[in-house]
Amino acid sequence: MADLNKRNDIPWRALTMVGALLLIWVIFSFTTEGTFLSPRNLSLLLRQMSVTSILAVGMVLVIVAGQIDLSVGAMTGFLGAISAILFVNHGWPLWATIAVTVLCGAILGHIQGHLVTWFNIPAFIVTLGGMLVYQGCLLGFTGGVAISPSPDYLFMGQAFIPPMLGWGLAGFISLFFIYRAKAPGNRLRWSALVVLVLGLTAVMNAYEGIPFPVLIMLVLAMIFSITANQTPFGRHLYAIGGNKEAAFYSGINIQQHLVLVFTLMGALCGVAGIVLTARVGAASSDAGRMMELDAIAAAVIGGTSLMGGRGTVWGALLGALIMASLDNGMSLMNTEAFWQPIIKGSILIVAVALDMMGRKGKN
Amino acid sequence: MSLLELKNITKDFPGVRALDGVSFDLQKGEVHALCGENGAGKSTLIKILCGYYPSGSFGGEILFNNQPVHFKSLKDSEEKGIALIAQELALVPDLSVAENLLLGRWPLKKGLIQWKKVREEARQALEWVGLDVSLDTPVRELGVGQQQMIEIAKALLKKAEILVLDEPTAALTEADVQRLFALLRQLKAKGLSAVYISHRLEEVEQMADRVTVLRDGKSIITAPMAQLTRDKIISHMVGREVKNLYPRPTAAIGETLLTVQHFSVEDPANPGRYVVKDVSFEVKRGEILGVAGLMGSGRTALLSSLFGAARGKATGSLIVQGKALSLFSSPEKAIEAGVALVSEDRKKYGLILEESVQENLVLASLKHLVKRGFLNHAAIQSEAETQVKAMRVKTANLEVWINKLSGGNQQKVVLGKWLMTQPKVLFLDEPTRGIDVGAKAEIYELMGQLAAQGLGIVLVSSDLPEILGLSHRVLVLNQGRMTAQMSAAEATPEKVLAAAATIKTNFEL
Repeated sequence: MADLNKRNDIPWRALTMVGALLLIWVIFSFTTEGTFLSPRNLSLLLRQMSVTSILAVGMVLVIVAGQIDLSVGAMTGFLGAISAILFVNHGWPLWATIAVTVLCGAILGHIQGHLVTWFNIPAFIVTLGGMLVYQGCLLGFTGGVAISPSPDYLFMGQAFIPPMLGWGLAGFISLFFIYRAKAPGNRLRWSALVVLVLGLTAVMNAYEGIPFPVLIMLVLAMIFSITANQTPFGRHLYAIGGNKEAAFYSGINIQQHLVLVFTLMGALCGVAGIVLTARVGAASSDAGRMMELDAIAAAVIGGTSLMGGRGTVWGALLGALIMASLDNGMSLMNTEAFWQPIIKGSILIVAVALDMMGRKGKN
Repeated sequence: MSLLELKNITKDFPGVRALDGVSFDLQKGEVHALCGENGAGKSTLIKILCGYYPSGSFGGEILFNNQPVHFKSLKDSEEKGIALIAQELALVPDLSVAENLLLGRWPLKKGLIQWKKVREEARQALEWVGLDVSLDTPVRELGVGQQQMIEIAKALLKKAEILVLDEPTAALTEADVQRLFALLRQLKAKGLSAVYISHRLEEVEQMADRVTVLRDGKSIITAPMAQLTRDKIISHMVGREVKNLYPRPTAAIGETLLTVQHFSVEDPANPGRYVVKDVSFEVKRGEILGVAGLMGSGRTALLSSLFGAARGKATGSLIVQGKALSLFSSPEKAIEAGVALVSEDRKKYGLILEESVQENLVLASLKHLVKRGFLNHAAIQSEAETQVKAMRVKTANLEVWINKLSGGNQQKVVLGKWLMTQPKVLFLDEPTRGIDVGAKAEIYELMGQLAAQGLGIVLVSSDLPEILGLSHRVLVLNQGRMTAQMSAAEATPEKVLAAAATIKTNFEL
């Protein structure tokens, strides 16, 4: 019984998702005669998921706290445009452009957080309004014209880590994991991570190296995962999403926590905006459109409960990878474009249905 | 001949046998009480009886009028006239009385609801239970006691012959309880039968014709109430003799820990009216201060507002350990000052149900369990283990979800959570509501230990013997005002009740 009652059942659930991912990969590798699993395509796949993943990483925390943020797509587009304008039109240095863009995101998120907590407006409404506002701002600021920054800027979306440096990083991280694996208990888990890190590096280096946006994505995922699990702030978010009243009575300052989680989400939109602009090579007037839904879908497929209180950052990354794999694989197969949203939507619903069924069985 | 008979019922859950060969029968026109500690198997038995656990998922058989029946769902048992009045009432707050009564069984004509017929039937049902309320009142506006009557009226409309009442009085005032009992006696005279579950044994004594005691999934005894006493039932429930249920702590009483002066809280719904008005008291080291009062007298508002969780505007002054402080603006501030509150509704305000025992234990003190900004897992685990041992929480391990524990063990986790914040003053709001006798005794014992360690305790309870048995001093609230304060020696049930109910009360009706 003790096993049935374990808190997260992570291994079982995570394994199902990894299984689903592998199944999708196997199917695509057959239908594309192996092209899908070539290093070149896998590198592309990871780059394609990077922007959504950066957003999903923050979205997990927002949803865990029992909130939602519908503005992230529009905000990403808007902040990407701001960074392009600062860098191109005003000639700001890159570091200042990045800093100010991320700061702007944090401020916008902060305002939304305050609107949610001070006036008790549901986050759904605040961020739905925000989405429209940012869409308008994006159009107004760019005048509907795409702005293309110079290569100095574009490296953030398009550069690769030189293979030797990549191996160095991977080796360093592996050593840390091996050190952790010496402690009893989770040996298998840490060993698996070492294999994953080295495998990923090998595959990426077989093409041109680890893509820079993928590195950003992984670093942010690590930071947010640690925040979620290893800090009082993170655990408090789970408590707030699990039972707001109990959290309040336990002395948790709910307003402060919610404002901070929206602020972090906004800052991530800043990063995502820059990476997105750099990846596509220009800030356009419809950038980021519908990305909020991709981020939410990634989090949910990755096991985040929309009721709040449950979800993991790495799960969201896996969710984003599943979604990106579907997009990428279907494109390779030259499936007609209209099939992609149909398949993705169905997968989303099936994933949640399976989750609910699994949960029912436990009660 | 038995109306209903459960024979040799056995029910297994993964790893546990919840019921082990339990037999239970119900005669026509009798009230049969089902007693037992939480976890003894009462709820499981009821769920089998009502078809919640479908036929086939348990061993044994159910006979209805000597015919074997196989309930596949709640609906099947309903058709045989079995109606469950659950602890949490199943009414829709925003629908009217009439709509709630006929919900799901609308009289139709060509697919349209015949409102005239709805009102006729609803009026009839209200008459049966002797409730005088308007058919158009939203159920939200009724008192809990009245809502309970509506539930029973609804069951009667469904032609129920057997009422299954699960803790029907948990949220009722004494007056409502008596009204409910009068109704039950009346229905009994008309030939209805009832299965009655309650932790309040004095009610069982009043209402039951026969009593069945369950312990650890087995039926220990079935006997007419006339042959039993309250103490006998308790000893059957716990399996041993219970001597002194209320051990008043004998610790030396020390200096004043908390002084509250002229404390008032405005009613957030009606500005200008007060839920707590001009209350002053103090709690000393090692002392238990009992707060008595009827439901709605402001007991809960007093504690939660002092704790910084007030919904309305609060005024007054506060001295904690000799230091004058401003009123706490949030629970966060109260906790910092060394005050803790075990709230009346642990599921709503105390626990995160879908989380582990450990997460719940450390919830209020997580901020202090950090090393260089990150959680100190070793410290968290060892502190949580210490509390589980100290509170004697029965759990397989720290990772078990809290909603898998019994009510008593959940309450011990809540207490443990607050003790981890190292409070000086402990507010306990109905700390033993809905938990079994064994766990109650353990919680009383803990309160004694805590007082001996130098905590000051403020105890709010609807259970008068509990207040009188444990407190050093008793404070009585009546419509938000303090109407009496007396020492344990002076306090008698009569005096307390007189102070609690002297002014004509109108809050429940």
